[in-house]
Amino acid sequence: MSQPKQTGRDGITRRGFLTGSGLAAATVGTLSSTAPAALDPSSAATPIAFGPAPVRLAFTVNGRPVQVQVEPRVTLLDALRNYLDVTGCKRVCDRGTCGACTVQVDGRAVYACTLLAIEARGKDIRTAENLAQGDTLDAVPAAFVRCDAQQCGFCTPGFVMALRAALDKNPRATVAELEQAVAGNICRCGTYEQMRQAIAQLVRKEG
Amino acid sequence: MNNFTYYQPQSVAQALPLLENRWGRVELLAGGTDLLDRLKEYVSTPERIVSLTAIEGPFREISAIPQAGQPPKVTIGAGVRLVDIAESKLLAPYPALTTAAAQIAGPQIRNMGTLGGSLCQRNRCWYFRDTHIQCLLKGGRKCYAHEGENQFHAIFTQGHPCVIVHPSTLAPPLIALGATAQIVSPRGNRELPLEKMFQAPSKPDQREHTLAPDEILLSVTVAPNLPPGTRLANASYEVKQKVTSDWPLVQAAVAFAIEPGSQRARNVRIVLGHVAPTPLLSPEAAQELEGKVVTEATAATAAAAAIQGARPLSQNGYKVPMLKAAVKRAILLAAGFKPDWE
Ligand SMILES: Cc1cc2nc3c(=O)[nH]c(=O)nc-3n(C[C@@H](O)[C@@H](O)[C@H](O)COP(=O)(O)OP(=O)(O)OC[C@H]3O[C@@H](n4cnc5c(N)ncnc54)[C@H](O)[C@@H]3O)c2cc1C
Ligand code: FES
Ligand code: FES
Repeated sequence: MSQPKQTGRDGITRRGFLTGSGLAAATVGTLSSTAPAALDPSSAATPIAFGPAPVRLAFTVNGRPVQVQVEPRVTLLDALRNYLDVTGCKRVCDRGTCGACTVQVDGRAVYACTLLAIEARGKDIRTAENLAQGDTLDAVPAAFVRCDAQQCGFCTPGFVMALRAALDKNPRATVAELEQAVAGNICRCGTYEQMRQAIAQLVRKEG
Repeated sequence: MNNFTYYQPQSVAQALPLLENRWGRVELLAGGTDLLDRLKEYVSTPERIVSLTAIEGPFREISAIPQAGQPPKVTIGAGVRLVDIAESKLLAPYPALTTAAAQIAGPQIRNMGTLGGSLCQRNRCWYFRDTHIQCLLKGGRKCYAHEGENQFHAIFTQGHPCVIVHPSTLAPPLIALGATAQIVSPRGNRELPLEKMFQAPSKPDQREHTLAPDEILLSVTVAPNLPPGTRLANASYEVKQKVTSDWPLVQAAVAFAIEPGSQRARNVRIVLGHVAPTPLLSPEAAQELEGKVVTEATAATAAAAAIQGARPLSQNGYKVPMLKAAVKRAILLAAGFKPDWE
């Protein structure tokens, strides 16, 4: 189970990338570790050490159980995009300030760039891909389409996930509450006015 | 980001042996909203990360115990998320705290960030956060903010070789409310007034807080002890450049007891945020208000006292009148005045 330790600054080993992106070769369980616990081995209370070599993690993405083998330093965003090919969540600032990477973790909107993938073990991850079933769009992106609430569209997956999380938490959220819900997202193209219209439609619909 | 070994202990007792008695090789991880940024910038390069996210129980809970004739005694676990502080019904008597929590960054940060992380986060000085710059806090010979870009730095600068501002928005209201911190280490438990948990750092082996590297903040407790018959007034007011996703430029948090009948303010505590290397108690401002009825005029006098002693840097003189306004408004809000300035 041991993996090559040589890695670049971006945290992706060639081997890790290849195995990870194939989702293959996974054993059951989320606790596989490659390094022994560094402390007092006689104490049963010492928690397991994960890494620094790649660790096999399991969580669900949009309802689908997945496994991925990544080093502890890999963020959930990079695990999703680079290892699992779930690219709805976007990498823009990578510093927890723009919202392009917003996903739902157990229902809550979080910045995937600011969460280690290893912290997502066993969790329910939802990305923008979850907001379409075939050709049927979820109410949030549907309102965005109707209102033409995007220009380049790069921020859109983050905005719609932040709104989805807010409506899941409170389907009767007010306009002010939904505007607060996207306060952690930035649109460089400045399509805020159209997003306001989409929010107004969502409140009328769900309220 | 450098790679590391990751641990996720199930209890505080399991976490403690994983810590070291010096800073550098180990970092605690809570919500990660501060730490991941430092890791990505190579400002922090730990070999071991000890995650606190699997610790359940009081570490993650808010509990309230009624006190006769007083607001409830509340204990907030260090692992409680900012959103849960902002929305807590148990914390309703403490709007200074809940409104401050509700204004931190945006919803995603509040869903991730914790009380412990807010109090123990590192400063946001751009020289400190730039991996290429060896400032005082990273073993260098000078604080570049003194002569450099300092528009967001301290205005209470006397005696401070490093002029960061303390970044926590939760510390000022908690200190105003007289909170205590519960801390654990391999040497046992200790408790101290929250204001004693902060210091102005000036070298690499100092942080903005006084916790030892092998200590963990367990919880913070607010237990008002007001003069009999009085009621608690408290509020926090901050000014930001952007409405969201930004630290305040200045913040004022106030708490006092109001006497029935006379309406005089007693036991006044006023704390200034984001203007000094620590959250700053202002006894001068508190003394001005002590025993007075809150009016526009008395609030303004206290606010004027709060800015005495401010020594701004080359680019942040604007913060002085802004702080004065924040103190005045926080006092008026606490006393129940309708904000006529918004
Ligand atoms: C865009 C943006 C805007 C922000 N605006 C604000 C703001 O306005 N006001 C504000 O206060 N903050 C702000 N923050 C900072 C935000 O990171 C913190 O408020 C948050 O609460 C940190 O919590 P965390 O759990 O994510 O901390 P982490 O990143 O997990 O930890 C931060 C530090 O605290 C230490 N630590 C955590 N828990 C404990 C504990 N129990 N005992 C000992 N040490 C511990 C960690 O070791 C680490 O060094 C902002 C952040 C961002 C990204
Ligand atoms: S990419 Fe995560 S917040 Fe910008
Ligand atoms: S549509 Fe281009 S960034 Fe928002």
